[in-house]
Amino acid sequence: MSSVAKSTAHSIVEASPRVKTFAGMIVVLYALIAILPLVWITATAFKSQSDAIAYPPKIIFQPTLEGYVNLFTVRTRQTRDFIANLPPASTWYDKLVRQHDMVIAGPSKVVPRFVNSLVIGFGSTFLAVFLGTLSAYAFSRFRIPLADDLLFFILSTRMMPPVAVAIPIYLMYRELNLTDTRLGMILLYTAVNVSLAVWLLKGFIDEIPREYEEAALVDGYTRLQAFRKVVLPQAVTGIAATAIFCLIFSWNEYAFAVLLTSGDAQTMPPFIPFIIGEGGQDWPAVAAATTLFVIPIVLFTILLRKHLLRGITFGAVRK
Amino acid sequence: MTTILQSESPADRFREQPSFRVAARVRGLSDRTIAWLFIAPTIALLLAINIFPLIWMIRLSFTSLNLSMSYLPLRFVGLDNFSDILTDEDVWLRLQTTARFVVCSVALQVVVGFGLALLINRQFRGHSFWTTMILLPMMLSPAVVGNFWTLLFQPQIGPFNSLVGLFTGAAPSSFSMTGEVALAPWTIVLVDTWMWAPYVMLICLAGLRSIPDYIYEAAEVHRASPWRQFWSITLPMTLPFLMLAVLFRAIENFKMFDMVNLLTAGGPGSTTELVSITLKRLAFEKWRTGYSSALAIILFVTVFGAANIYVKVLNKVKQR
Repeated sequence: MSSVAKSTAHSIVEASPRVKTFAGMIVVLYALIAILPLVWITATAFKSQSDAIAYPPKIIFQPTLEGYVNLFTVRTRQTRDFIANLPPASTWYDKLVRQHDMVIAGPSKVVPRFVNSLVIGFGSTFLAVFLGTLSAYAFSRFRIPLADDLLFFILSTRMMPPVAVAIPIYLMYRELNLTDTRLGMILLYTAVNVSLAVWLLKGFIDEIPREYEEAALVDGYTRLQAFRKVVLPQAVTGIAATAIFCLIFSWNEYAFAVLLTSGDAQTMPPFIPFIIGEGGQDWPAVAAATTLFVIPIVLFTILLRKHLLRGITFGAVRK
Repeated sequence: MTTILQSESPADRFREQPSFRVAARVRGLSDRTIAWLFIAPTIALLLAINIFPLIWMIRLSFTSLNLSMSYLPLRFVGLDNFSDILTDEDVWLRLQTTARFVVCSVALQVVVGFGLALLINRQFRGHSFWTTMILLPMMLSPAVVGNFWTLLFQPQIGPFNSLVGLFTGAAPSSFSMTGEVALAPWTIVLVDTWMWAPYVMLICLAGLRSIPDYIYEAAEVHRASPWRQFWSITLPMTLPFLMLAVLFRAIENFKMFDMVNLLTAGGPGSTTELVSITLKRLAFEKWRTGYSSALAIILFVTVFGAANIYVKVLNKVKQR
């Protein structure tokens, strides 16, 4: 099973053109249906409040940026007279808001939440990949007592339900004043991501021939120099792929974020569902936030295509 | 080259290459020092963030700690929490709900995912572009997914009911996917399948591509029917991959919290209340820390035990 041939098209068993077309049609149909929810959300972001909650749901509508404006601002309702007495709207978004008898009162919390997502995401990714690379190299190249048990222990930390993990973490962070801090979230996400990083990077480093290092050692490099100047440059692709996987995890994580943060360190996932307007969820604004939140993931998915399989199976399946 | 669940340990490989001992003679830090220097920070972090809290939780599970009444002195109650949980009818019902969710969603994902993999493996034109499209849902944040599906499932303003109405003639507002006891359990299965069928597909695709052509060529020579080829070549040779996918999905779905919490929040009533949601209510709404710690430990032992048994079976299948 472990060393089987590459995937070339089946020679005498290659599918006939008709079978291919048929298979293609079903797959494309599935893909289109699967993408539909995402298309709907992207479209909802450009609907006006009334179009978004119209019955029956509107497919054709007048696009507007209201959703995005509402996402980034806090508005107050004013009387027509009050608005008429204001100096003329200076920007396009002021104008848009005034059409609905409102004035902008200030920026919303979305930017700080987005910044939290970025800081916590990149911080934990950097730490996890840094620690993971070192450990993976040691596991890959040195004889370590109980290596398999240690590796399994590192992986088993991922099997706990996040809600279960959050109970003692909550108590611990309360003692250490780490609840609702970016540092606390970075440490927690690093701990979760490091298991993925070690397993993935060990696979990548295993694939780098040892002969390169040996040659360097014979040439008089120390082990650390060989690691830095020979192994690391070879492992760059693997490190980058691992980093993106860690980043996606931290970016998407919800359970820890909702249980351990409430304001200062809150990230986007627990924030998005609570974007509310007058009378319930402000769907165009929620959709706008979702779109902005999802775009980086879509780009990363396309970038990661080749390594996706490895990442989602902790390196168990490689191509 | 495809490998699945490496059985070879690093130590084995070390022995294969005795020339590597060259390193020991080189100046600088000794290899052993470097090895521990490189591993220590990771282990320290995991000890601090995972193991220490875990031990603390085990201790708490023997107490009656309730954070909303933390002025009460910490009282040790022995195994009372565990026996209370195991005899609590509600907990068993939540576990059944979770089991049904895991079984139904994983089964559906296997059918859809394996089917798609078989079709994509026909290598029609543009298959790699469409594969990427299909993979998108599984990369998204489950919480965000749960949230935007609530819009899609709104009985009147959501497109899902209208679409169903279009095909079946039912009035769009006559049913509610997230609000009806009969439909809600299927709703979470449906959304979970939408999100994770691509995951099974991707792993199965690797399995299908690992089957060498000559086996099919031999089957053709022996005039085996396509049906026969599927049952005696394709399926058995993809099985280890399929089982790996099932393992990962089953664990993940057993832990499921985020998507369902935002889609139905366990409702209506408690028809979709998975055990993680129960745990969250016990620990973070009722603040019964001692009791919920015990439940958390039971869950962890369950996942851990089941996964271990499953991996053993998986390795057997692999060796065949």
